[in-house]
Amino acid sequence: MMILLMNCSGGSGDSSQEAETQSESTEAQSEPQEPSPALTQQMETGKTVYTQYCLACHQADGNGVKGAFPTLHQTEYVLGDKTELITIIINGLQGPIEVNGEQYNNVMPQHSFLTDEQIAGVLTYVRKSFGNDAEEITAEEVKEVRDDVAADTTGTSN
Amino acid sequence: MRKTQLWLHPRLAGWYFFLLVFAFTLLSCGDSSSVSETEETEGNLTAAPDNGSITLPDGFAATIVADDLGGARHIVVNDNGDIYIKMRNTKNGGGVVALRDTTGDGQADIKEYFTEYGGTGIGLYKGYLYFSSDTIVYRVQLNEGELVPTGEPEIIVKDFLVQGPHESKPITFDNSGHMYVTVGAPSNACQEKDRTPGLAGQDPCPELERQAGIWRFDAEKPNQTQVEDGYRYSTGIRNAVAIEWNDQVNELYALQHGRDQLSTLWPKYFNDSLSAELPAEEFLRVTDGSDFGWPYCYYDQNKEAKILAPEYGGNGEEVGRCENVDTPIMSFPAHWAPNGLVFYKGNLFPEKYQNGAFIAFHGSWNRAPLEQKGYLVAFVPFQNGQPSGDYERFADQFAGSGEAINQPNDAEFRPMGVAVGPDGSLYITDDQKGRVWRVFYENSQVAQR
Ligand code: HEC
Repeated sequence: MMILLMNCSGGSGDSSQEAETQSESTEAQSEPQEPSPALTQQMETGKTVYTQYCLACHQADGNGVKGAFPTLHQTEYVLGDKTELITIIINGLQGPIEVNGEQYNNVMPQHSFLTDEQIAGVLTYVRKSFGNDAEEITAEEVKEVRDDVAADTTGTSN
Repeated sequence: MRKTQLWLHPRLAGWYFFLLVFAFTLLSCGDSSSVSETEETEGNLTAAPDNGSITLPDGFAATIVADDLGGARHIVVNDNGDIYIKMRNTKNGGGVVALRDTTGDGQADIKEYFTEYGGTGIGLYKGYLYFSSDTIVYRVQLNEGELVPTGEPEIIVKDFLVQGPHESKPITFDNSGHMYVTVGAPSNACQEKDRTPGLAGQDPCPELERQAGIWRFDAEKPNQTQVEDGYRYSTGIRNAVAIEWNDQVNELYALQHGRDQLSTLWPKYFNDSLSAELPAEEFLRVTDGSDFGWPYCYYDQNKEAKILAPEYGGNGEEVGRCENVDTPIMSFPAHWAPNGLVFYKGNLFPEKYQNGAFIAFHGSWNRAPLEQKGYLVAFVPFQNGQPSGDYERFADQFAGSGEAINQPNDAEFRPMGVAVGPDGSLYITDDQKGRVWRVFYENSQVAQR
C-alpha cells in the first residue's frame, strides 16, 4: 500500500480525486452547490470533535507536526477511499507510512469511542477543511465500516 | 557580518596569518588538543548575522557550523574538533553526518553522510563512535585522522522492542565501563487502548518490564540483548531523550517528557489551560534502582509533588500511591520537550557555567489550542550535582520572530542536541531544518572593540 501511495502522491492525485468526487456526487441525491442544513450540522459537530480529539496532534491548522503527526491537507488518506479513512479513525493507525512525501512511523490512537455521527462529522469536516474539498461521509457509512471492522477483528490494532 | 575585532585589526593580521598556518600544521598532524590551537580557533570564529537567528546572553556569539542537514538529532564533538550528528532519517544514504572545519572559522567545509539507519543516540567512548537506530546500538572505531570511519560497525546491543512513539535510543557512558540507554514508553499513560478518554490504565503496567526506563549495559561487549544482558537501572520514566553522565559527581542525569493530553482524556478534572501547564517536565538525578512513578504518577510543579494519574484513580489532587516515588531535582514548564543535555566542563565560558547543565528543549506540541512554547536552550547552574539556582533562557528565539507560535511547524528551528567542543564552544543542533550552531564566548579583548 505504501508503494501505491508513493506512486500517486505526485499531484495526479488531485485530478483523479475530482473525478471520483464528481462520480460520487452524481450518485448522491443532495445538490452539491448549497450546503444543506444537514451538512452545516455535520460541519459543526465535526469541528467540535476535531477540536476536542484531533487538534492536539494534527494541530489547529491541520498541518500536524513534522516528524511526528502527519498533515491532513490534501493527503491520499483524507481525500481517498472512505472505508480506509473511517477505519483509521475506528482502529487507529500505526507503522511506517508516507504522507505527502514525509515519513512517519508513529501511532495514531483508535477513536472507536466516538459515535457514528461524531466520526462522520469529523471526517466530513476534515474532508472539507484545510484546503480539502471531498464528499461528506455519512453516519450510515461509518456504521457499515464499524460493523465490518468488528466482524474482522476481535481486538483493535491498539 | 560581524567578526571578532582581533581578526580585522591590521596590526594583528600578520600574527593571525601565522596562527592560521600553525593551526593547519596542527590539524594535519592530527594533534589538536594543545591550548594554543584552541586560542587561535577562537580568534578566527566569525559570528553569523543575528547569531544564526537565535539570541544569546551578552558576551556570547554563534556561528552556523552547517545548515539544512535534515533531522539533526544528538551530536558529539571529538577531541580533534570533528563533529558527528545522528540523523532522524537517513539522508544522502547516511544515518550519521560527519562535519569537519578545516579553516578554523567555525563553519564545516567537509560534510559526509555514512551508516545505514536513522535514529537519535550518538556517543564517543574509548576511540569508538557509538550510534543507535531505534532498536540497535552500534559502534565503529575512529582511526587517527579519519573523519568517516572506514571499519565495519559492530552491534553492541540489539533486540530492543520495535515501537512507534518514544522510539529514540539515546545513550551515555559512565566511567566504569557501562553504557546507559533510554527505552521510552510506547504509550501516553499505559492504557490498553492508548489515549482513550476516560479509560483506566493497566495495573501493573506491562510496559515497565522492557520500556519506560533506563537500561545499563557493558559498554564494550558486542551483541548484547536487552533481555539477556541489560540491567534496568531506573524505571517509571516515560521518555528521557536527554540523558548524560555527570563526571563531576559520577551520577546519571536525565530529563523526562511528562505525559500528554490531560484535558482531552480527562475533561472532568482538567481544562485546556491546566492541561497546557501540567505536568512538569522533570530533571532527574537517576540513581541505581530509582523509580520516578510513570504511568501511575505525574509531577505537579505547583503542588511540588507527584500526583496520582487520572488513569489510576487520580483527580488532579490526590497523591495516593505516589507519595514515595522519586522526585525531580528541578522542574520545567509542561510539554517543552527536553531532548538534549550536556554538563559544561570547557574553558571558554565564564566561571558560572562550570559544571552547569545546558538543556535543549525541542518545544511543545501538546499545548494546543494554547500557544506553543519552549523552543530554547536553557542553562542551569550546578553545585555538587544539584541545581544551585533557577534556570535561565540561554539560547532563545529558535522558533523565530518572537511572535506566538501556534503550531510546531511554524517554528523556524527546534533545538535538539547539545555538545561541548574541545575549545569549550557549545554546539546546538536543530531537527526542523538541520542547522548546527557553535556558540562561543567573545573574550574581554574582543569585547573592548
Ligand atoms: C495522539 C495523536 C493523534 C490524535 C489524537 C489523532 N491522530 Fe491522526 N494520526 C496520528 C499519527 C501519529 C498518524 C500517523 C500514524 C502512522 O505513523 O502510522 C495519524 C494519521 C492520521 C491520518 C492518515 C494520514 C494523513 O495525515 O492523512 C488521518 C486521516 C488522521 N490521522 C486523522 C485524525 C483525526 C480525524 C483525528 C481525530 C478524530 C486524529 N487523527 C487524531 C496521530 C494522532
